[in-house]
This record gives sequence, C-alpha cells and structure tokens, in this order.
Amino acid sequence: MKATANINEFIITRLIKLSGYSAILFVSLIFFFLIREGVPTLAEVPLDVLFSSRWYPIEDYYGIVPLISGSVIITIGATLIAVPMGVGTAVFISEVAPRWAREILKPLVELLGGLPSVVIGFLGILSFTPAIRVALNLPTGLTALAGSLLLAIVALPTVVSVAEDALDTVPRSYREGAWALGATQWQTIWRVTLPAARSGVLTAVMLGIGRAIGETIIVMMVTGNAPVLANKISSIISPVRTMTATIAAEMGEVANGSVHYHTLFFIGMMLFIISLIVNITASAVVFRSQKRAEKVLS
Amino acid sequence: MATRGGFFKFDRNNQQKLGFALLSLVALLTILPIIVILSMLVFKGGSAISWEFISGFPYDGMREGGILPAIIGTFYLTIGTAIFSVPLGVASAIYLSEYAKDSLLTRIIRLAIINLSGIPSVVYGLFGLGLFVLFLKFGTSILSASLTLSIMTLPVIISTSEEALRAVPQSFRTVSISLGATKWQTIRRIVLPEALPGIITGIILGLERAAGETAPILFTGAAFFLPNLPTTFFDATMALPYHLFVISTQIPEMPIRIQFGTALVLITFVLGMNLLATVVRSRARAKRQW
Repeated sequence: MKATANINEFIITRLIKLSGYSAILFVSLIFFFLIREGVPTLAEVPLDVLFSSRWYPIEDYYGIVPLISGSVIITIGATLIAVPMGVGTAVFISEVAPRWAREILKPLVELLGGLPSVVIGFLGILSFTPAIRVALNLPTGLTALAGSLLLAIVALPTVVSVAEDALDTVPRSYREGAWALGATQWQTIWRVTLPAARSGVLTAVMLGIGRAIGETIIVMMVTGNAPVLANKISSIISPVRTMTATIAAEMGEVANGSVHYHTLFFIGMMLFIISLIVNITASAVVFRSQKRAEKVLS
Repeated sequence: MATRGGFFKFDRNNQQKLGFALLSLVALLTILPIIVILSMLVFKGGSAISWEFISGFPYDGMREGGILPAIIGTFYLTIGTAIFSVPLGVASAIYLSEYAKDSLLTRIIRLAIINLSGIPSVVYGLFGLGLFVLFLKFGTSILSASLTLSIMTLPVIISTSEEALRAVPQSFRTVSISLGATKWQTIRRIVLPEALPGIITGIILGLERAAGETAPILFTGAAFFLPNLPTTFFDATMALPYHLFVISTQIPEMPIRIQFGTALVLITFVLGMNLLATVVRSRARAKRQW
C-alpha cells in the first residue's frame, strides 16, 4: 500500500517536472520547424533576389523588402498612436481616476483585449476604410493608415495593462514624498511616478510593438495587400502588404516543398526572431530593474 | 509660482487641471472603440439572429441560411484545445510554483513561456502546418488545429495558474506537510482546491483567445465550406472566426445582415467566456477566507 503510494507519487512528480519543461520544448520545436522549412530558401533564391524590392512569386521574384517595409510602417504608425494613448490611459486609471471611473475603465479595456481580431477587421473594412477613403479623398481606403489605426486598437489593451501594473508597483511613499515637498499631483506623476515605473512602461511599449507586428488577420483585411515598397511618407496612405499577411494569404495556395513555400517559412522565421528579440528585451528590462530594486533594498 | 504670459495665468494648478482633462480625454478615446464595436454589432447583428440562423446550414454560396457548422466547429476546436492545453498547462504551473527552484533552468523556462506568448499567431499556423499537418500527417484537421491552438494557449494557462497557486498561503502547505502528508498529497488535497477558481479563470481566458483566433487555423484545420458536420477529429471544420473572415472578404455581394449576425455570435461566444471567467473570479474572492 505504502509502496504503491510512493510509486504513484514518484510518477506524478516526474510527469509534473516533464510538463514544466514543455515550454522550452515547444519554443525549440517551433524554431526547429521554421528553420527546417525556411532555411532552404537561402540556397534556392539568390540573396540579391531575396533582398530586392519585388515580390511576385508567380514569376519567381521573392523580394521580401516590400513586405518588411509594410510591416515596419504599419507598426510604427500603430506604436505612435498606441503608446501615448496607452500610457496616458494607464496613468489616468492608476493615478487620477476616481474609483467609479476605474471600475468602468478597467473591464472595458480588458474586453477590448479579448475581442477577436477578425471582428475588428470586419468592422474595419465595412465602415472604417470607406470613411478613410472619403475623408482623405483617396482611390481606396485599404491603406497602411487603416492598418495602423486598427492595430493601435489591438496593441492598446496590452500597453494599458502592463503600464498600469508598472505604475502600481511604485511605492506610495515615493508619491507622498513628492507631495510633501509641495509638488502637485501632476508634477508628481511626470517627475516621480512615471520615471520610477520607467522600466515597466518600457516593457509595456515593447509588448505593444510585439502585438502590432505579429497581428495578421486585421492587416490582411484592411491594408490592401499590395506588395509595394513603403519608403515614402505618402506610403502611409497607400496600400501595403505585411510579412504576416503575406504568409496568411499565400500559404494556402503553395505546393509543399516549393521555393515559394520555403520562402514563406523563411518570413515566418524572421517574424519568430523579431518576436524573440522584442520579448527578451522586454523581460530583460524587467529583470534588470528587479535587480536594481534588490540592491536598493539590501 | 512660475507664471507665463498669455491669456491666463498658466500656473501649476491650471497646468494640472489641463493635464487631467487631457488624460481623461485619452482614456475616453481608448474605450471608445470597444463601445462603438459592441453597440454596432448588437444593433446591426441583432436582427439577423434567429433560430434558423443558429441551427441551419448555409446555402446559396453562404449568402443564405445559418451558420451551424461554424458554431459547432468553434465548439469542437475549443474542446480540443482544452483537452491538450489544460493538463499540460496546469501541470507546468504546478511545477513552476511548487517544485522549481530559482535556477538557470527555471529562468530559461520562464523566458520560453514569455516567448511563446509573444510569437505571432500566423507563425503558430506555420508551425502547426509543418509539424502536425505534414510531418505527423494529421492532415488539415480538427486535431492539427486544436494542437496548434493548445500550444498558443499554453502560456496564458501556465502564467495565470501559477499566479493562482502562488496566492495560496505558504502556511497551508506547511501545516499539511507537518501532519504527515506527502508533497503531492499536499498539492492535490490542499493547494489545488484552494487555487482552483483562479486556475479555471485562467483556463477560460486562454480558451477564449483560442476560440477567436483565425490565423493559426488557416492552414491547419479550417475549411471554407463543408456540406456536412465533421464526424471525427481527423476532419477539417468550419469555424466562426474563419467563417467571418471568408464572408467579409472572399464572397462578393454578401448580405451584410449575415456578416453582422456571424460577428455577433462570435463575440457572444468569446465575451460570454470572458464574463464566465469574471464571475468565477469574483465568486471565489467573495468566498475566500484568507
């Protein structure tokens, strides 16, 4: 009886430990499969073609630069909108808003974060892009601008909740110290609280960027999907095509193992590496500030 | 204090008033989209909802009829995702909260979880295609799509469950161990039951995300149109998010009523789960004695 209990305990402990390592296994597996299917591209497509500005797979043009430029311009646009709004909202929720306003704002922001992106994309093409077309007098509303604005909506909840967490961890004594010195609430926010929460706010910004660059369905629906090089300011009001949308739009139609197939995996590999960099940076910022806090406290 | 020229004294009290007004405006702008989206869907989609719409098959190139196969499909995918991700995610959380020491390995695990949560959804789709559909030869099927969604859901379930487990006071464990219980008995009988509401909340939030995703199922299990319901886990399936994508981009002259109806059913499904999670959480908080 006791022996079986011990064996059970042993097996269960083993299983739990194994599951504990599963995250490492999956990240490695994902990277492995992306490399396995993506790296052959480097042998099949000459580098000057791969890094050219013409994406036209039917005629063997696999230039990924326009796709990268599309992702970059949309992400920059979304970040420029989502960061000030997100940090502002976080400051409002954590420092300014009366209790009742907080109780309304927080669940609504959470709700926004839970909204399936396809719903945002659907309303985007239905009413948002036509509005942009009319307002700016463009031939089409399916533009990088539409993508940026809608991606800002996607990135906002992430920025708000992470930045708000960061502000919450600033000890109350910091604020009290500033008030005691005669600072107004507003001055305290900008000169004491926000600087103290700096690293957390930076993490919020990084994670928001990560959300925006990885979003697929919305950009596929509202940006027009034209693989042209977005290298001018005016590109923001023309159709573009992102890396994510290219994979989603073309993967269904390619033959497995073809050059086109390998190139799409190569783009996926690049996205994976970008998200790796973004997330490691974001968490490194947090780790470093934790260390600093430990030093101050000890 | 410091004053500047101009129409009014721009002292620091006015500065604060102006600043706070600006901040509340920004906060209002942030929640504007969700309010607009929800009210549009309810007002315009409400009229499309009928028993036929919920329980019927689409016909006439999906321009008529209902969306039953998509609803059933999303249901299957959610269940499939839960089957794989819940045991693995909760066990992984137990490991991190109860067994793991602060070692390099643990830090690598945490980094891996953070990275899993940041990988773009379409990359999960590629991975699912490479591993489940082609390499393991599961084909475009509910099985491949569920497995893909499970891995995507895993980081949400792990981190929320771990948080719930860590919230159980250390003294509960100490007392149980001192009464002669083994470590697993303590976890099984004391820690897990106490943390259960938090874990369930995390599971629902994870599954909610899986249910609304389109990109990971695009090439792993979603079908454009199927005349019959799937019968096994090896069949492809229609799904609500992909169906909404299809009828709002791929089909010309699609009646707007059906598009709105589909969107409304999808968000009812997803936000219903969200609401459920909130209810579980607040009921547990009210009952908790520690």
